[in-house]
Amino acid sequence: MKKQFDILIIDDEQIITQAVNKICSAEGYKVDTSLDAVEAISKLDKNSYKLIICDIMLPDMDGFQFLDEASKRKLLTPIIMTTGYSTVENAVKSLYNGAIDFIPKPFTSDELLSSVYRGLKYMEIQKKLVESKNHTNDETIIYVPCPAIYFRLGYSSWIYFDNSGSAIIGVTDLFLKTIDAINEIELQKVDEEIVQGNSCAQIKMKDEMVHTVLSPVSGRIIERNNQLLEDHKIIEKDPYFTGWLYRVIPSDWEYEIKNLTPCSSDRL
Amino acid sequence: MFKKIGFKLILAVGITALITIGIFSYFNIQSHTSSLLAEVERSANQLSETVKHSTRYDMLLNQRDRIHKIINTIGEQPGIRDVRVLNKVGEIIYSSHQEDVGKMVDKMAESCYKCHAADKPLERLPIKDRTRIFRINPDSSRVMGIISPIYNEPSCWEADCHAHSKNQTVLGVLDVTISLNDVDNQIKKGEIEIVIFAISAVLALSFIIGFFVRRWVDKPVKELLKATDQVSLGNLNYTIKDRRNDEMGMLARSFNNMTKKLSEARMQLFQSDKMASLGRLAAGVAHEINNPLTGVLTYSSFLLKRTQNNPELQEDLKVIVRETKRSREIVKSLLDFARQSIPKKNEANINDIINHASSVVENQLALNHIKLIKKLDAQLPNITVDSNQIQQVFINLLVNAHDAIGERGGTITVSSQKLNLSPYGITHIKKAVCSKRHDLMDNEIKIDGMPSIKVKAISNGNEGFINLDPVYGKCRHQYGIELDVKRDIEIMCPQCSQSLIAEGKKCPKCGAPIYNFEVPSQGIFEGCTRKYCDWQKWDAVDVGGQREYIEIKISDTGCGIAKEDLSKIFEPFFSTKGQKGTGLGLAVIWGIIDNHNGTINVESEPDKGTVFTIRLPLMQT
Repeated sequence: MKKQFDILIIDDEQIITQAVNKICSAEGYKVDTSLDAVEAISKLDKNSYKLIICDIMLPDMDGFQFLDEASKRKLLTPIIMTTGYSTVENAVKSLYNGAIDFIPKPFTSDELLSSVYRGLKYMEIQKKLVESKNHTNDETIIYVPCPAIYFRLGYSSWIYFDNSGSAIIGVTDLFLKTIDAINEIELQKVDEEIVQGNSCAQIKMKDEMVHTVLSPVSGRIIERNNQLLEDHKIIEKDPYFTGWLYRVIPSDWEYEIKNLTPCSSDRL
Repeated sequence: MFKKIGFKLILAVGITALITIGIFSYFNIQSHTSSLLAEVERSANQLSETVKHSTRYDMLLNQRDRIHKIINTIGEQPGIRDVRVLNKVGEIIYSSHQEDVGKMVDKMAESCYKCHAADKPLERLPIKDRTRIFRINPDSSRVMGIISPIYNEPSCWEADCHAHSKNQTVLGVLDVTISLNDVDNQIKKGEIEIVIFAISAVLALSFIIGFFVRRWVDKPVKELLKATDQVSLGNLNYTIKDRRNDEMGMLARSFNNMTKKLSEARMQLFQSDKMASLGRLAAGVAHEINNPLTGVLTYSSFLLKRTQNNPELQEDLKVIVRETKRSREIVKSLLDFARQSIPKKNEANINDIINHASSVVENQLALNHIKLIKKLDAQLPNITVDSNQIQQVFINLLVNAHDAIGERGGTITVSSQKLNLSPYGITHIKKAVCSKRHDLMDNEIKIDGMPSIKVKAISNGNEGFINLDPVYGKCRHQYGIELDVKRDIEIMCPQCSQSLIAEGKKCPKCGAPIYNFEVPSQGIFEGCTRKYCDWQKWDAVDVGGQREYIEIKISDTGCGIAKEDLSKIFEPFFSTKGQKGTGLGLAVIWGIIDNHNGTINVESEPDKGTVFTIRLPLMQT
């Protein structure tokens, strides 16, 4: 019988594994730690985890190689990447390669917990998906995938390039499903610059937990969905159309689109 | 001294003068000598005629005493050495030297030979052939002899004495010899005078030329030499004060111009090098610091959450969390600074980027009564840049200009234009590989601050390394091997010994084999293997001839930058804004422009304003 853990934290710095262990244990999660990716892989065979948090800069095998290995093994467990070399490139690359979130170091306990919260939720949804596939007669819709002409960054945000030269961006339904009980949405102001892979909006939960939405592109905000500020319910009802966040002028979309996943690929 | 240009010039002019004056003098002496001799000859001839005529009467009367007397009297004249009368058989009948009388003269003697050379003696002889110049002893002075035949005439055979028969043609010979001592002395004197003249002329010429060479060539060359020494010692601020209008003055001006450009280029390179290492440092530091910061931030924020019922502790913990978050922001800006290494380039119009950037700061400018004037060249072609980064550059510069002007109002002028600059002597090789893709760059040996290109060379059995100058066309290579200039050398990759010699190709300048290597994404670089031959070719760079640049100037009427700060403003963490700035803004700008292979320069005058000039190459190579 495999040992059951909630979280596996992989980091070559012991202080970080200890800190994550302490914070998550205090929330009641069962945490396992590993100081390198090779050991972590052997642990994957022995134990089962609901969520993995992995550093990018690791000895012998780095975080990206671990991500590859996990996708080869068709591992259901979601992976959150973190690194001290927290550049936009690393964030975007992690998300493109299948990580569900990226936490730049140094992070606060709240930042960690909000990501962990969503990660565990994500795992639940994945499990439900697998179950519903096994019971083909079950018609319940777990989440709405984004329209085929959209692109998405990881699983968190989407972008739609219309023909006007501007684009609208928003949050995926799957991301919203990993958050429950939205209390408030905080948006940036018009004319401000946003950067791909960096925070562009914050969604607050009832218990004050804050979730960061990572922007799918870089550019300047020319319009924001003010309706959303008045009534955040819209985003939950219709995340892909009326629940959009911003209209932006992308500054570098030809380059950045390479880091985005076409939503059409989700339907295969 | 013998290698000096002045000496060579003097030598050349001296030799030319010597030859011309020498030839002139030679012919002059020749003509002088021959005219003198002709004069002597004429007078000797006259003399012998006089002797003949004055003794004629006495001869007819056969008064030998009188003849003797006359000949003796004439013979005593200064300059006349000898007067002799010989009869037909060669006996000396009369002579100014009494002891010779009665002696026989051989037919072969030099005075007789002329007529008696053939079997039958000549009877008539032209005057020219009757004279002869000879020395009695090899060491005595020269002597001219003139023979004057005494012809038979009716009075001779009709005379009372009947000494001669009618059949004889020539009765005897009058032989007068004249010493040429005086003439020779005169000739010698003339020769000496001419030689003295020639020597003094050559000397005077040399001195005059020497004087002017010293003034026009030596002095400026010395000044130039001093300047190049200064420059090679690293003093790039040295300028030549010489303001002449000749070629030397032009050289001096072009030298001053070159050092100015060089110092700018060095500044850029120095900065580039520093930025690159700082970038690496920043990335490393960020990574290393972020891990311990994570420890601090996670534990403190965790404690903050757990001690909500302890307000006193809360306050302190909040400070820790806040300050750690601040540290996080500083590290993040450091990382942003290090991150500019990979520009995401696409085609864009600089004017659009300028307009974008100015729209961001427009409101802020208007608030402080700052007028923004844009002088943009509407014909500007598109350029491949990271528009985000370039926009960041413009925004930063505009914000800086805004801060420099402050609240008192002023003007910011932004202009854009296209311009052409030559690549030769400017473009430098940043990367080079052999055909097996081994890196040839050598960071240890730097030429003018830039990493050089290291190749292995074999010449004459010696093996060593050559560090090639990375600047196209400069050729300040460093040789770690003795080279025989006349022999071909083998050049190869230091790592795999793959030959870098281009087979079948010859240097068009000196005919030696050429080497080549690849500059990744910038084509093939070629150069001559012969030492001192400066032939180099870089097609990919030459293709455009002059390279086109877009120049953007951002000038403000603000407080300006103090002279001592001017050289430091692009350094990271240098800030004049005190607590307000991190001191990374201009360093970041510098890095961005450098990554676009462009340059950024600043000119500033305190209280008058500052001008930033950015040049971006139109063709990204």
